[in-house]
Amino acid sequence: MTTQKNAPALFDRALIVPAIRDAFIKLDPRTLARNPVIFITALVSLLATVLFVHDIFGSGQNLLFSAQVIIWLWFTVLFANFAEAIAEGRGKAQAASLRKTQTQTIAKVLVSPGSDSTRNVPASQLKVGDVVLVRTGDLIPGDGEIIEGVATVDESAITGESAPVIRESGGDRSAVTGGTRVLSDVIKVRITAAAGSSFLDRMISLVEGASRKKTPNEIALNILLAGMSLIFVFATASIPSFATYAGGSISVIVLVALFVTLIPTTIGALLSAIGIAGMNRLVRFNVLAMSGRAVEAAGDVDVLLLDKTGTITLGNRQAAEFAVMPGVTEAELADAAQLSSLSDETPEGRSVVVLAKEKYGLRGRDLASLNARFIPFTAQTRMSGVDIDGRVIRKGAIDSITEYVQRIGGQHAVPKELKEIADRIARAGGTPLAVAEGDRVLGVIYLKDIVKGGIRERFAELRRMGIKTVMITGDNPLTAAAIAAEAGVDDFLAQAKPEDKLALIRKEQAEGKLVAMCGDGTNDAPALAQADVGVAMQTGTQAAREAGNMVDLDSDPTKLIEVVGIGKQLLMTRGALTTFSIANDVAKYFAIIPAMFAAIYPQLNSLNLMHLATPQSAILSAIIFNALIIIALIPLALRGVKYRPVGAGPLLARNLLVYGVGGLVAPFIGIKLIDLAISAIGLV
Amino acid sequence: MTINGWIQILIYFALLTALTRPVGGYLYRVFNGERILLSRPLGWLERGFYRCAGVDSQTEQSWISYTLAMLAFNLVCFVALFLLLLAQGHLPFNPQGFGALTPDLAFNTAISFVTNTNWQSYGGETTMSYGTQMLGLTVHNFVSAATGIGLALALVRGFARRSASTIGNFWVDLTRATLYVLLPISIVAALFLIWQGMPQNLSAYTNALTLEGVKQTIAQGPVASQVAIKMLGTNGGGFFNANAAHPFENPTALSNFLQILLIFLIPAGLTNTFGRMVKSELQGWALYSAMSVLFLVGVATCYWAESQGNPQLTTMGISQPIGNMEGKETRFGVANSTLFATITTDASCGAVNAMHDSFTPLGGLVPMVNMMLGEVIFGGVGAGLYGILLYALIAVFIAGLMVGRTPEYLGKKIEAREIKLTMLAILCLPLSILGFTAVSSVLSQGLAGLANTGPHGFSEMLYAYTSATANNGSAFAGLTANTPFYNVTLGIAMLIGRFAFIVPMMATAGALAAKKYTPPSAGTFPTTGGLFIALLVGVIVIVGGLTFFPAIALGPIVEHLAILTGKAY
Repeated sequence: MTTQKNAPALFDRALIVPAIRDAFIKLDPRTLARNPVIFITALVSLLATVLFVHDIFGSGQNLLFSAQVIIWLWFTVLFANFAEAIAEGRGKAQAASLRKTQTQTIAKVLVSPGSDSTRNVPASQLKVGDVVLVRTGDLIPGDGEIIEGVATVDESAITGESAPVIRESGGDRSAVTGGTRVLSDVIKVRITAAAGSSFLDRMISLVEGASRKKTPNEIALNILLAGMSLIFVFATASIPSFATYAGGSISVIVLVALFVTLIPTTIGALLSAIGIAGMNRLVRFNVLAMSGRAVEAAGDVDVLLLDKTGTITLGNRQAAEFAVMPGVTEAELADAAQLSSLSDETPEGRSVVVLAKEKYGLRGRDLASLNARFIPFTAQTRMSGVDIDGRVIRKGAIDSITEYVQRIGGQHAVPKELKEIADRIARAGGTPLAVAEGDRVLGVIYLKDIVKGGIRERFAELRRMGIKTVMITGDNPLTAAAIAAEAGVDDFLAQAKPEDKLALIRKEQAEGKLVAMCGDGTNDAPALAQADVGVAMQTGTQAAREAGNMVDLDSDPTKLIEVVGIGKQLLMTRGALTTFSIANDVAKYFAIIPAMFAAIYPQLNSLNLMHLATPQSAILSAIIFNALIIIALIPLALRGVKYRPVGAGPLLARNLLVYGVGGLVAPFIGIKLIDLAISAIGLV
Repeated sequence: MTINGWIQILIYFALLTALTRPVGGYLYRVFNGERILLSRPLGWLERGFYRCAGVDSQTEQSWISYTLAMLAFNLVCFVALFLLLLAQGHLPFNPQGFGALTPDLAFNTAISFVTNTNWQSYGGETTMSYGTQMLGLTVHNFVSAATGIGLALALVRGFARRSASTIGNFWVDLTRATLYVLLPISIVAALFLIWQGMPQNLSAYTNALTLEGVKQTIAQGPVASQVAIKMLGTNGGGFFNANAAHPFENPTALSNFLQILLIFLIPAGLTNTFGRMVKSELQGWALYSAMSVLFLVGVATCYWAESQGNPQLTTMGISQPIGNMEGKETRFGVANSTLFATITTDASCGAVNAMHDSFTPLGGLVPMVNMMLGEVIFGGVGAGLYGILLYALIAVFIAGLMVGRTPEYLGKKIEAREIKLTMLAILCLPLSILGFTAVSSVLSQGLAGLANTGPHGFSEMLYAYTSATANNGSAFAGLTANTPFYNVTLGIAMLIGRFAFIVPMMATAGALAAKKYTPPSAGTFPTTGGLFIALLVGVIVIVGGLTFFPAIALGPIVEHLAILTGKAY
């Protein structure tokens, strides 16, 4: 169902070179200041560098060692910048392909709404409320709403879907997107987004990370990391006094090395890359989020409201059976049903014709030659049908046909079997459609809702994630219950009106739950706005698209499930790397503390569990490990920790084992290996 | 280690576990305002207090009002005690005719008792009159403990309530804690201790002539009444300088057992009260289990280390079958001394029945680490619960992210504000402990107080500031703390450890109370199982360990390693 665009390779040459350049550009203090942990790292690196320069001209000792530590300190900062740059670079690559479509177009703005005379205005100067004329072959100059006309539009630029779509004024398919091309006909479009804030613009700035705001959880995590860093400020700043007490001294460079290895640089460095990558993953799924906050909220969703039609069931109900009244043959009913449906272009109507042909070999007949008059469905009669050769055939909902037949045939014209059969069909999840000829009820067409294949498994998956699914349908409760059971949703809302949807969301929210829903129509807009995560369909109205905080370009309502997964993955990746980062500190202490006090308390070498060669090699190994681990974890940050739809307990146990225990053990091995390497080369 | 020693430790733990639920239930009913057995005899007194003070017991306070009321109350307590100590010479119940305390000692002592620390820079029997002990110190043993209980309840109400603006009434909590919990238990305990041979009189000290013909002054006084609340309120301030090692302050094995039981009684019970308030006793048992794990590991380590004896003596070929007995009372032995030491430092009690200074380096490390972890292993009355709840917030935040949801604890989402406040509270520990130790280890005023050199001297300073900041009050001895420098800096450390922690903690309570409740789902990480307990223990140990590792390495660890090579300090 989902059309996932190919992700660029993790380390594409074309991405790496500019990312390296950007890593240096990002040394700008204003950029660094956005990330507290890395900012502190840069600050102490600068301090160490200044002292080093001072030492060169003074009576500096161990200059080679100091120089190496300082180089790795700066690498730590650069690697962090690189991680962010590469995530942004991947986004930019995505954005570039989007931008190709955003060529400068000239819009034909109507001079006055009534007239057809236009003046040419560059698309970049369009204002909200301008009405533009778009002809066959023109690019639509900006996001807007069709106020007049019907057109086929090629939206492949944003959806990747090559088949053109129909857009028309009024109704639920009136929104058009800037950068898409009109293939036929002429439309008048009222511009709804100013230049620079159109859909495409927003999409580009989102994937590039330019308009990225920190999400609530990211802010909280940043505070935690800053707090941890402060703890390590106290831990390291108190060491010189302790050393003085013990009758020795510790060089600043060693203190700086200890401090930088202790503060959570790993997660600090990768935090923004994780956020940008999450957004990119979403865009690759063809979902456009208006903010990172919405993506994060998706991970927290407790309740998912899904429209039945098109999401849980195939959009169209299909005729599955002709159920006859006493004294009527099936062929007779099939004949009448087919005749009444020949001009009915709805999918349901066509399926009746198909069933009649398959089961009774009734071929299509030319209504015109039969001198028939087709009666279309109206909201007043709630029936459709045909008058042909004096036969008056009507089909419609049970109660409308009952009322119709009783009106012309009297109270007892309707056989009691009608209600029985109708109830049986409804209980099975179908929709009964009665057929009558004159005052005689012939029988019932069983319109069956077809539940999408595989949807049941997906709902089971959601249940394991702890998400409740609620099906929204206009059907009566009986039908709704049957389909709900077949599809495996947790709950349903039957005979739902748009305001019921809103009320349900409010009720769930009042219980403290986060609600996600998707919708397309204008009457969905209030509910989309109320929901914590509202995914609007690209095919929907502008009102719906404005109200939601995400837009699905594929208009696939089941995409919500992917969105939830991406939101969870985002949080998990942050948590996993934070745990890893903090757990790493244990090994770093065991590397640096004995080395630091080697001159004062040689006994502490018992804590040198890794048997690192010399105090200097120990310190250098720790700082090198600390820098390299950032690079090593970039792929994980970009890809995200794999999310498995299991309960929270097993999920946490697994992640704690991998990232907690792994984080304890990995640096012991890594630092030892680096120590072996640098001792072998003889760097210190 | 002996089987006998372990049996005593396990009997203690079993009895504590058995008492947790009944005590927790009692506390729950008391603070919920339900009718209890004591309502009839004492209810009129409670209502009388409210009427006198003009407190409407039905009106609740916001976190700000609650905190301000608590701070105002404590300020008044501090000033009153400070003045009392300065005026001691003119006050009654002073048969020995003790004079006024120096201003710096009075400052230190007043803060010490108001903050429930009970650090003592003085020797009780040579400094304090009976009047001061009863009117000053014992009173604060009650109210500082009651304050702690109130604060813990306020935080728990923050978790338990939904979209609420109030978290209880400080005056009501204070009154109920004193009247229905601390006083009745203390009276019963004091009578028990008197039966065990503890003095309770107002007589002047007895002068005796020993068999060797040496004159000896036998100190006494209203001991039992102060000792009961000293333990129950996890205060720990000894009547005598030798604290619970003094035969009058801890005469028998039975009195010793009762005292250590009293230390953990309310902190353990409060975990259950917490569970009841958040409508899941399992939540309380989870905290109880995490505390128990840390407690038992501490006891085992300390007991093991002390049973090994002094490594230096061992290398000299001297066998020490009963372990390191230096600084320990023979009537308690290694098992009960290490059990007492672990309990008194787990809870922020600080009473001692053996000299921690004389423990082996590793044995002495346990009490120090217990305090550095923030006094959350049962902890001080109330203080232990609110301390571990803040750790739980951090643990759930880090781990909660790993299940892919905004972390939540007890249905409350943990967001930036809570993390900020929690970190603020947790940060005061290293700031005060490491900061003051660093300062005193380079200043001559600091170094002047040391009895030993090298790492052991360092441990003495580190222990003192850790004890003060953690509001424990136990001393590593050795350190001469009654100097203006130590009195003032330790006083400030106690203030930071108590109030700089409490204010952000209360703000967290307010923020939590205002939050909506999110019902748990399959996607919510359950905070009642073994995984949560392991996680909480892990976070407490790792956060505490990472913070203090360099300091510990330079104190007890280096000393231990040096002793192994035959070098003592």
